[in-house]
Amino acid sequence: MTNDLTVAPRRSFLATAGKATLSAGAVLLLAGCSGNRAAMAAAPDADINILNAALGAEQEAIAAYQVGAESGLLSKPALNLAVQFQGHHKEHAEVLAKTVTDLGGRPVEPLASYDFPVEQLKAEADVLRFAAGLEKGAVSAYLGAVPLFEERELAKAAASILGDEAMHWAVLRQALGENPVPVAFVS
Amino acid sequence: MVVRRVLPVISGLAGIFFLVATAMATPPQGDARRGEVIYERCQACHSLQRNRSGPRHCGLIGRQAGSLEGYAYSPALKASGLVWSENTLDRFLENPFKAVPGTRMGYAGVKDPQERADLIAFLAAAGPCRK
Repeated sequence: MTNDLTVAPRRSFLATAGKATLSAGAVLLLAGCSGNRAAMAAAPDADINILNAALGAEQEAIAAYQVGAESGLLSKPALNLAVQFQGHHKEHAEVLAKTVTDLGGRPVEPLASYDFPVEQLKAEADVLRFAAGLEKGAVSAYLGAVPLFEERELAKAAASILGDEAMHWAVLRQALGENPVPVAFVS
Repeated sequence: MVVRRVLPVISGLAGIFFLVATAMATPPQGDARRGEVIYERCQACHSLQRNRSGPRHCGLIGRQAGSLEGYAYSPALKASGLVWSENTLDRFLENPFKAVPGTRMGYAGVKDPQERADLIAFLAAAGPCRK
């Protein structure tokens, strides 16, 4: 992967950083972290654990997209997608970390390194399939987290992220030439 | 006379109750191939051979919960005293927060007993870790 391939999308991402901040703020409001701090203070440790589990997965997704972007295997359109989706995961991670802090918890840190199956990534389709698998897993993870939140506003915010991950999954399937929405219900 | 008429009915009902209770008590047979598909739900955090934001699952059956070297488990799981078997996995996967309060696995659980059996069959079939 040459630097040339990543410069333009990264600049593009930076150019939209303002929008990213706005949408992160919007989700925080959605989660009630800015407007309803007193209610959030009552959230139990379990909510912090759930948020931190989600944060850990988001951090890994950011790292995974970085591996994909730097693999040299992606065409320009696929690379643009990868960088855009990575940007979404960065926004999710930022919001989740801030929410954990606001609740009095300590956000988990990204791992020093991630053990990705890079030896299996030999073509663009491998990278897209790897990303699609992570996104599908993320959909399931958020689906499994939503009912657990004591604070219902957090459940609403998690469902908002779930929707975004589901869109990633569908677009990646489409890019692979697969049915983008193969089922009526996710699980 | 009445007793003679009623007894067979009671006996029949008892038989039906026994059959239903037995069916309910017997865990469903798991299918590892179906379990592999269900395992895709776990892959935001887990894989068989690699520690990720969740621990790897190879060699899971028979392992003391929270004992895998190189993974930072919650104190709750480490102190749970669980050893992973089909039974303990079934209880944990049904409702992790209820089975081990304080676990960091923020997942509501796999509610369908057949899906749990399939998932456990897949995990059991994964065998030991390669490295």
